[in-house]
Formats: sequence, structure tokens, C-alpha cells
Amino acid sequence: MATSVVKLLGAQSSPYVNRVQIALNLKSIDYEFINENLAAKSDLLLKSNPIYKKVPVLIHADKPICESLFIVEYIDEVWTNSPSILPSDPYDRATARFWAAYIDIKWFPLFGELRQVKGEEAKAAVVEKIVEGLVLLEEAFVKCSKGEVYFGGESIGYVDIILGSYLGWVKAGEIMASVKLLDETKTPGLVGWAERVLLNDAAKDVVPEPQVLIEVLNKFMMASAKASSN
Amino acid sequence: MEEVKLHGFWASPFSHRVIWSLKLKGVNYDYIEEDLSNKSQALLQYNPVHKKIPVLVHGGKPIAESSVILEYIEEVWPENPLLPKDAYERAMARFWIKFVEEKGLTFYGFYKSTPGEEQEKATKEIMEILKVVEEKALGDKKFFGGDKLGLVDISFGWLAHWFQFTQKLVGIQVIEPTTLPKLHAWINNFKQIPLIKENLPDGEKLLVHLKNLREWLIAEKNLKS
Repeated sequence: MATSVVKLLGAQSSPYVNRVQIALNLKSIDYEFINENLAAKSDLLLKSNPIYKKVPVLIHADKPICESLFIVEYIDEVWTNSPSILPSDPYDRATARFWAAYIDIKWFPLFGELRQVKGEEAKAAVVEKIVEGLVLLEEAFVKCSKGEVYFGGESIGYVDIILGSYLGWVKAGEIMASVKLLDETKTPGLVGWAERVLLNDAAKDVVPEPQVLIEVLNKFMMASAKASSN
Repeated sequence: MEEVKLHGFWASPFSHRVIWSLKLKGVNYDYIEEDLSNKSQALLQYNPVHKKIPVLVHGGKPIAESSVILEYIEEVWPENPLLPKDAYERAMARFWIKFVEEKGLTFYGFYKSTPGEEQEKATKEIMEILKVVEEKALGDKKFFGGDKLGLVDISFGWLAHWFQFTQKLVGIQVIEPTTLPKLHAWINNFKQIPLIKENLPDGEKLLVHLKNLREWLIAEKNLKS
């Protein structure tokens, strides 16, 4: 089963796609990356993810798996070679899933707000919320890492992948809004973690540089503006 | 066996997901009813990030977020499995659980809607969502989990009981044998399972609670407009 063909439908600028790439790399899985033009989605994508029509989609033995968090869990369950992505202890697994949900549902959407907010006061309010979230994640890092260098301990794990995949966009957000979000005085653990997580073999060259992402965003905004003015 | 406690709220469908899972697995637990207008110190300590119920406390260690709790219960008490063994099927189950949670806002919009364009739009959206659920998630199976209940059924449980009252309050019946026959049949099958039937909030009490909450939400909406 684990030897069947693996394909990943994705776009390099998507942090959700990046997480799957990191997971596949971590498990040394050979796969075909099918680049999707998100402005002109392929038939394969529309057929594989008819409900959301989004990337990433993992196709394994011709079966499509959607939703990045579940793709990562699927990879961990099917490829049981080391390293494990989720911890082995059920309570640690629950903790990892809790933080993944918090990061995806409560924390990262603040970046969308940051981009759209108007006025200095409103912007400062969103920045404060983002930093408050990072302080919570700092505490989580200290607890989960148990003295080691990653949320997953000695090697990168689930939360490292989930949060790490956003780092390109976090840095892009800092540049675009001219703010510092990861601050050594408030979140020293996370600052150190952020520097080392993307240097890990599995994550190297996966998450694009912030300037690349800013360009992607600008292109998207221009295309949207053009579309809505036509 | 380490002590199991559940902090919940009698009217919450999220609370009931955890109750159903624990009971289906025969796990003994202490239930602590929380007053959401006056949350206990324990709850605030156990779930400082969200300050919400349900929170499961096992051997003194708290787990928050109902979907996280359900996966934890499944792993710690593997008897009477509620998730499929096959990795692909598990990924599909998790997909549907997330799908219905994401659509929660749309259902919430329907719940507090008043007659007019907004309500028509919400009703149409709900119908589309439920058609997808019926065709793609349920299909011809008796339960979402197959022949037996699973976590998807448990996560959709609010459709079987709470949504019935929502439709009554809004005055629009969306799930009917003519419009959504398979889903309608599932509701009956689900509610007939003894452990589910015996663990549902009292209908009359729930209707009053949902009616009051709805009136408050509508009043609040009118104040803002």
C-alpha cells in the first residue's frame, strides 16, 4: 500500500501545500508534484476535491485526500517509518492537535485581518492580537519541546510543520505592515525555533522567501482588482 | 483507572458529542455542569485559551476542543471503535467532521435570521450543504459510520435534535422526507439508539433555551443595524 504512486496537487505559495511537502520529505516519500494554477484549476483538482476545489490534495493509490491537517495525519499513519510526525502518547497527541487547531482557526486568520485593516489604531490592535497569540505559542513551545529544540522534541513534529509552514507569510506580513511580530524579548524560544525549523532537511527550500510571497500576493490583488473592475 | 471528568453545558451539542462517545465506550466519568454566565475557576484554569466547554479531564490533565477530545477518547479507549481502521476512510471521516464544523456559521446565520432576503439566502445555503452531506457523506448507508455509529454521526448529532428546534423557531422546515429522505431517515435511526435517546437534552427545556437565545440575538442584531 505504501509503495503505490503518490501525487501532490499544489501551489508552492500555499502554506497548506508546504506542510504536506515537509511531511512527505520527513518520511522520505517519493512523489510527483503537480503545480496548480489557482486561477485556472485543473480538471484533476476539481475532480479530486469537488467540495472545496482547493489545494493541497494528496493522491495515493488513486485515492484523493483533502485538508492539509488530515493529509499530514494520513501520511503519518500510512508511512510508519521513523520519524513519527505526531507524538506517540495520546495526551501529547491531543495537545498537538489542540495547538494545530488554534494556529489554523484562531491565529493565522489574524494575518488576513492585518492585510485588510485600515488606519494605524486598528492595525495596532490586530498586531497586538497576533503577538498575544505568539506569547501563547511560546508557552506551548516550552511545554511541548520539553527542553529540546522543536515542538516535537528532538525532531520536527506536527506542530513544527503546521506553524513552520506559515513562517514565509509571517515574515511577509512583517515586511508589508512594517512591524516586528517575532520578538526576542517576548518570545525568545519561538525566535530561535523559527530560525532553525526551516533549516531542517525536510523543510529546507519548501517555504518560499517572503519577497516571493509578497510578489504572489500583489499579482493576485491586481488580478482581483482587474476582474472586479471589468 | 484514572479519574475522568467532563465539564459541560446541558444545552450544548458539543458537550453531548463527548457524552455520547464516553457512554458508547462504557467509560465512567463525573459530569460537572457549568454555568456559562459564571464559569468555574476550574474551567478557566483547564481551558485558559478558549475558556469554553466541553473540557475532558483525565487523571487531572485537561483536553479542550470537542474534535480533539473525541480523537483522544478514541485512542485511549479503543473498545467499540468510532473511527474506521483504514487510513483513507479515517481521513474521509475527519474531512466530514471538519466540513460540518466549518458550515456552523451558515447554520448559525439561519438560526438567527428573520423573514426576508437574508433568510432566503441562508435557507438556500443550508439546503445545498445538507444535500452535499446526504449525497456524499451519507449515501445509502444507515449511518455515516456504516452499519454502526461513528464519530461522523456523533459530530452531526446536533442535526438530529437541536436543528429540529431551530427549524421550528425559524418557521422553515428544511429536512423533510420529500426534500432530504436519506438524512431524514438517518435522524430517526440516530435518535433510536438507546444511548443517544437517553442522553439528549429535554426537548421542551431546549426549545425555551433556544427561543430565548434567538430573541436575544435578533434584538442585538437590530440594535447594531
